[in-house]
Amino acid sequence: MQSRLPIIVFALVMAAIPHLPGMPPFWIVLLDNIGLAALVAMGLVLLTGVGGLTSFGQAAFVGFGAYTTAVLTTSYGLSPWLTLPLSLVVSGSLAVLLGLITVRLSGHYLPLGTLAWGLGLFYLFSKLEFLGRNDGISAIPPLSVGSFKMLSPGSIYYAIWVAVIISALLTMNLLDSRTGRAIRALRRGHVAAEAFGVHTPRAKLLVFIHAAVLAGLSGWLYAHLQRAVNPTPFGAQAGIEYLFIAVVGGAGYVWGGVLGAAIVVVLKEVLQSYLPLILPGSGQVETIVFGIMLVALLQLAPGGLWPWLMSFLPERTGGRKPDTSLKLEQRPRSPGQSSILLQVEKARKQFGGVVAVNNVSFDVQAREIVALIGPNGAGKSTTFNLITGVLSATSGSISVLGRKVDKAPPQEIVKLGISRTFQHVKLVPDMTVLENVAIGAHLRGHAGPIASMLRLDRADEAKLLAEAARQIERVGLTEQMHQLAGSLSLGQQRIVEIARALCVDPMLLLLDEPAAGLRHMEKQQLAKLLRDLRDGGMSVLLVEHDMGFVMNLADRIVVLDFGTKIAEGTPATIKTNPEVIKAYLGVAA
Amino acid sequence: MNTTIMLFLLQDGITNGAIYALLGLALVLVFAVTRVILIPQGEFVTYGALTYASLAAGQMPGTAKLALALGIGAFAFDLFVARKALHGRLVVRSLITNVVLPAIVLALTIYFAAQKPPVAVCIALSLVIVAMIGLYLYRIAFQPLAHTSVLVLLIASVGVHLALQGLGLLFFGAEGQRGPAVLSGAFTAGALRFTGQSITVYAITIAFIVGLWLFFGLTLYGKALRATAVNRLGARLAGIRTTLSGQIAFLLASVIGALSGIMIVPITTLYYDSGFLIGLKGFVAAIIGGLVSYPLTAVAALVVGIVEAFSSFYASNYKEVIVFMLLIPVLLLRSLAAPAVEEEKD
Repeated sequence: MQSRLPIIVFALVMAAIPHLPGMPPFWIVLLDNIGLAALVAMGLVLLTGVGGLTSFGQAAFVGFGAYTTAVLTTSYGLSPWLTLPLSLVVSGSLAVLLGLITVRLSGHYLPLGTLAWGLGLFYLFSKLEFLGRNDGISAIPPLSVGSFKMLSPGSIYYAIWVAVIISALLTMNLLDSRTGRAIRALRRGHVAAEAFGVHTPRAKLLVFIHAAVLAGLSGWLYAHLQRAVNPTPFGAQAGIEYLFIAVVGGAGYVWGGVLGAAIVVVLKEVLQSYLPLILPGSGQVETIVFGIMLVALLQLAPGGLWPWLMSFLPERTGGRKPDTSLKLEQRPRSPGQSSILLQVEKARKQFGGVVAVNNVSFDVQAREIVALIGPNGAGKSTTFNLITGVLSATSGSISVLGRKVDKAPPQEIVKLGISRTFQHVKLVPDMTVLENVAIGAHLRGHAGPIASMLRLDRADEAKLLAEAARQIERVGLTEQMHQLAGSLSLGQQRIVEIARALCVDPMLLLLDEPAAGLRHMEKQQLAKLLRDLRDGGMSVLLVEHDMGFVMNLADRIVVLDFGTKIAEGTPATIKTNPEVIKAYLGVAA
Repeated sequence: MNTTIMLFLLQDGITNGAIYALLGLALVLVFAVTRVILIPQGEFVTYGALTYASLAAGQMPGTAKLALALGIGAFAFDLFVARKALHGRLVVRSLITNVVLPAIVLALTIYFAAQKPPVAVCIALSLVIVAMIGLYLYRIAFQPLAHTSVLVLLIASVGVHLALQGLGLLFFGAEGQRGPAVLSGAFTAGALRFTGQSITVYAITIAFIVGLWLFFGLTLYGKALRATAVNRLGARLAGIRTTLSGQIAFLLASVIGALSGIMIVPITTLYYDSGFLIGLKGFVAAIIGGLVSYPLTAVAALVVGIVEAFSSFYASNYKEVIVFMLLIPVLLLRSLAAPAVEEEKD
């Protein structure tokens, strides 16, 4: 999808730099350091900027990479090329270990947790005998190809920047894929993603490992650039520094990581070499100025510099429309033992002393539109959450096609062919409508993260996007397909949610107030769409407040009041039911 | 193991733990109200300690000048923000709190520093100086970023930490300092010797915890702060000035930091960069307390202090490793018990 041209130009420029006449060797050293920092920052971009998981501990993973190769090449005489995969495996597997503990932490626990183990590991590096304690390990062999040894900063330069560019490409490929969409949805909370089968803890662990492996790669390169390691560069300060490299560059952008690394490394160097000339004699002036500049930079561009720079470029509008002729195979239907799709029996949900849903029973048949209505606080959305596995019922049972699904998580419910929309729209605002809708087809794709990175997922991906485009067309939003979801009106966003739910290829569609915020014409279109879906064999269960809409559309209506079912029947009988009138209008109107 | 040693370690641990408890409380307070993870908390500790020690040694601490410089900066920020609607009262009020006040304190510091002032004066001056630094820092560095994400605030916090640590080296030099005991004298009870200093630590910690509890439970400002912590927007709609809440939180945090510093510096030699680690141990306690619970944080801090004391006796090499790794089981428990709540992030 993205144009490759700027990257090729960038690669050519980077390749040409060492050959420029009069290039000071010191600049090459700086570029080496920028590349090393960029690798770590890139991982953080994915972890923090995209996935919303803040980590201070990345320096420790750099340390794992560096120490692994240092120990294996010096004590065991392994070739550095052999230790490369080992370094990556060590950082990756320790990431699994630490990740299992930490990624489930929410909000502020996570950064602080990573800070804590980052510090702990730093002290461990500096105390362990076989890692050389505070002195570290020296005399690490250089990288070599044949008889060519990469002894100088200029020769390892290529190894570093090839690594940076390849990593950037792989990372961008990953983001632009089925797995990538799941990762990008993480930051907005997990309920919506899980409703479409995304296993969020696994997705979080995945980005954690990705970031750690990139850090390990940086560490491996560092060890062979310096040819010596000691604990200092892997401490908490370094961990914090990597994080602000990512933030200064623009934490949501892969190239922001590279830009941030360039800014921070160059800034520190300039401050260290020129500041003493202006303010001679005083110790840590560069740290002071650096700290102040950091705060100032954030106040001027809180989103980071990369998006700020990009805002000067002409905006690229419109992407290619996916080829909708590609068909995605249908979700396998389980053989229906009964015509009852959904059976809710005496479902009850208590929050402490509050009974939100009080022994409610109803069912949804095949090819039927059932409306769930009731005044505010009647327990409609809670009922939805019980059915879709977001909440588990205190008592009672819920079965789908005769199978009990009481304790099933949302990911299992959606596999049965039940998909939903949300009362409060849960889209990822900085993803396009197409990408948001494609999340709905998550379970119908198969490409994993490795395939995505290597672009082996294109056939799978094209089918997913084709399906998403088809559903967008079906709900009538083709014009908005490539716009950011956050830029749509609230009513349109609700329609996008419906398209996303349709991507599941559901047998039962649960819609939570789909008509709220729609204009009259749009409501009529929505009603027509829902009727068409029913006639095509799908069932719909909807919560709605617009009585005109419900009465004209629903085959059957279930009325809740204060968590209890007070009536059920056809629209005509509900309209005249005295209990219902009382619930809505007070005592006999 | 020897009971005397055990009691001694326990006592040592509790003394340190009490300090971590105070710092942990301050961190929880600032985070809850402003969403800033206050990494410069450690600098408040060293600034308080070293200002006190310098004054007691009859030297002029640079922090007094820093307070004035930051105050002038805060005044400039105030003027800039209000540039469209400047009126006299606002300018005068800002001038008094941001410029006149630190100028007076600077003058007093210069006057007293020349004549080795009594301990009480040193404490008072150090507290006021660091309190002002905390207040102005909030105005300059954090208030303009109040609307941004926790991550951006965190990075800004790191920036402030770096700048303050660098300034610390400039003001106090690379050598460590010790200060005179706040309360001299000692008594023994059984095998244990209680110094006046350790008694002071206990008393002040308890007083502060009770004081904070009363402040949050009974006063209007305390309640406003709690309201801000729960819901910023809601608090603003209810007429609470969230900037004021932020200022109060920073003021309290800097006073607590400085006070902790003044209590430690007679016991341990402090260097310009000692604060970071001390603050981090407060963090550990705050995390164990879940960044929300004050009593839990206080208890956790005592545990941290005791674990540290024992591990420095039995495995001094691994002291820091053990303290920071203490978190892992706690985090593990918290992850297992974490409720599956939806969080909407901005």
